[in-house]
Amino acid sequence: MQKFKGTPGQIRRQRVERIGAISISLVLAAWILVNLLESPQQFAQVAILGLRNGLLYALIALGYTLVYGIIELINFAHGDLFMLSAVFSSYFITVWFKQDESNPAGWLTFISCLFAVMAFGAVINVLIERLAYRRLRNAPKLAPLITAVGMSFLLNFIGLKWNGSTPRQWPTVIPNGDIYIGEVRINMITILLFVVGIPLLLALNYVVAKTKSGKAMRATAQDKDAAALMGINVNKTIAFTFAIGGAMAGAAGLLYQQSIGTTNYNLGFQLGLIAFTSAVLGGIGNLWGAVVGALLIGLIQGLNDGLPIAFGQQWSQSVVFAILIIILVFKPAGLLGKVTTEKV
Amino acid sequence: MTKAPVKPQNVARSNRKWIIGYSIAGAFLYFVYQFLLNWEGLPLGIYDAIYRWMPPAAVNESLVYVIMALGLNIVVGYAGLLDLGYVAFWAIGGYCAGWFMSEFFYFLKVHFFGSVPAEAPGIHINFWLVLIIGGFVCAAFGVLIGAPTLRLKSDYLALVTLGFGEIIPQVFFNGENFFGFNISNGTKGIVGVDPIPVGVKNLGPFDFGWKLLIFLLLTAVMVFISLRLRRGRLGRAWLAIREDELAASMMGVPLMRTKLLSYAVGAFAGGLGGVAFATHVNGVYAERFNFAISIFLLAMVVLGGMGNVWGVILGAFVLSWVNGNGLSAFGAFYNERFGTQVDFASFTFLLFGLVLILMMLFRREGLLPESRLKLVLHEDDLEEATSGKKAK
Repeated sequence: MQKFKGTPGQIRRQRVERIGAISISLVLAAWILVNLLESPQQFAQVAILGLRNGLLYALIALGYTLVYGIIELINFAHGDLFMLSAVFSSYFITVWFKQDESNPAGWLTFISCLFAVMAFGAVINVLIERLAYRRLRNAPKLAPLITAVGMSFLLNFIGLKWNGSTPRQWPTVIPNGDIYIGEVRINMITILLFVVGIPLLLALNYVVAKTKSGKAMRATAQDKDAAALMGINVNKTIAFTFAIGGAMAGAAGLLYQQSIGTTNYNLGFQLGLIAFTSAVLGGIGNLWGAVVGALLIGLIQGLNDGLPIAFGQQWSQSVVFAILIIILVFKPAGLLGKVTTEKV
Repeated sequence: MTKAPVKPQNVARSNRKWIIGYSIAGAFLYFVYQFLLNWEGLPLGIYDAIYRWMPPAAVNESLVYVIMALGLNIVVGYAGLLDLGYVAFWAIGGYCAGWFMSEFFYFLKVHFFGSVPAEAPGIHINFWLVLIIGGFVCAAFGVLIGAPTLRLKSDYLALVTLGFGEIIPQVFFNGENFFGFNISNGTKGIVGVDPIPVGVKNLGPFDFGWKLLIFLLLTAVMVFISLRLRRGRLGRAWLAIREDELAASMMGVPLMRTKLLSYAVGAFAGGLGGVAFATHVNGVYAERFNFAISIFLLAMVVLGGMGNVWGVILGAFVLSWVNGNGLSAFGAFYNERFGTQVDFASFTFLLFGLVLILMMLFRREGLLPESRLKLVLHEDDLEEATSGKKAK
């Protein structure tokens, strides 16, 4: 255990925080254990569903964490970008290419839609950055934040006009069926989600960790001025970050639309907030943190919604936000985030 | 550039000035809605126009929004803390009215200068007292929400308030069975709130003219509080925090306490507005308290000019009118005129989104700017002059 440092007041605070954090973790662990013993099969079932949602959250959360990492902006519009991507996917598959059942033509459309929707998300996100956020890069923090909220409303409006004001049902083209592992039923959709989602995460990690543009991104995140002096095109790098964040949200939109089959114009708000919570839980700015946080949130939400001893689905949102608040109070740096002392 | 300190008599004069102007505007509104509309000699054309473009209910509702926006202005405009969950205070204030001024707790029988017959079940406390109760309950919640979160950086703070703004309405939404207790009637809402006693009569939900007067009075109280606080020690501390937190704390401003007070005062206004709104719609309905309201209020503050009371009043009045009545009235007018079927009410999102974005891009200080804030918000334009300064 690390030693506490600082003035007596700070030490007291740190001690209180640690006690709080440990007791909350214990309560969480006890809750999971009780449920596991109560009905192991149901537990596995809802855990898999939760992890599946967690993967979707991860794809969205990456967009938040990338953008926050590089320009310290909570991009409120990101969730709505995801919503627009879901609507785009529905139109692409069902209306434009007229695929409504699971056959080779449908799968082919699904794959081409994956590329199209990723491009769509990237283009929209870059446009938003170019038209609004770039102009406000040096403005006081309140300004871009309020702009992002406004952008979210704007995208909401586009979604409202495009999708209609009521939820819309769409046919899915991915194979439907179940696989049983013991007593536990796993839907094909779940498997497909992991088959598409995990390579995307690995590809993103490769781009950020190994390529030259990824290096430029990390350099810009650390210090824009110094990066510019080293010959990095800061504007281009930030645009690139928005592009890959948008592409991830686009992919998430397609996967969501195909797995749930319903789109709604206000979908982005809820999922965006959950995804943001995931990013904060894992430590904002940290890529794997976002993924871990998202899987955890998905798991907790899934368990809360589906298990006998829990608050139940109608408290789903409150549980997620309570996690957000607890994390921000006890460990603002997140699970995997590094503690940074606020420099002036 | 040293400015002469504001002399006490100047303060007194400017106070007198706004009270006179405000009273004239208020008296005019009251005259129009209480007497002109009821005057039999009024030409039908004017009567129709008023009912079409600015019906009495819309004016009253706009005033409720003005009260809320003034409260949010204290948090966002004065102290510079972004609050995205202000609707929570509206909800709490509304339910205070629902609890203490209706037959909701039918198994109790508490009367305290209420406006209903003494044999009615439920808790019936006098409207004016409930206003104060609602305000203080909200202020307490403001402190409760603020205390653990105010040491976070501004953008995280926005998120936590957003979280609370989601949780509290959800508590009321699911409140029919809140761990075994019915605290809100859930989605059915609490229907029927006691009339407002004003001595000579009791004001029901349709006494628009009289209630206009009451809402004008509440707005005046909020304007008074805002203006007086801003000039005082606390207000100056808020502005200092807004402009530079670190410098303010170095100068001896207690950060936590000052921020918490801004939360408390802002929330107090939310409580007033919540109680007022409950009497306006004669009930409390859980589904009305959604995230969009928080953003509407923010847009009102931003449009009018953060930190400037008159700007906020203008912004709130205009935008709540557009949201409540203006857009649909314009839509009906336009569709009738050009024979189209455009659904103008659905353009609210576009409008509010554009207001936020365009104001931030081109006129950050709002329509009626506050001179100090103008300087702060355009700090980035000064960067050339202070070349060593690192952009935050």
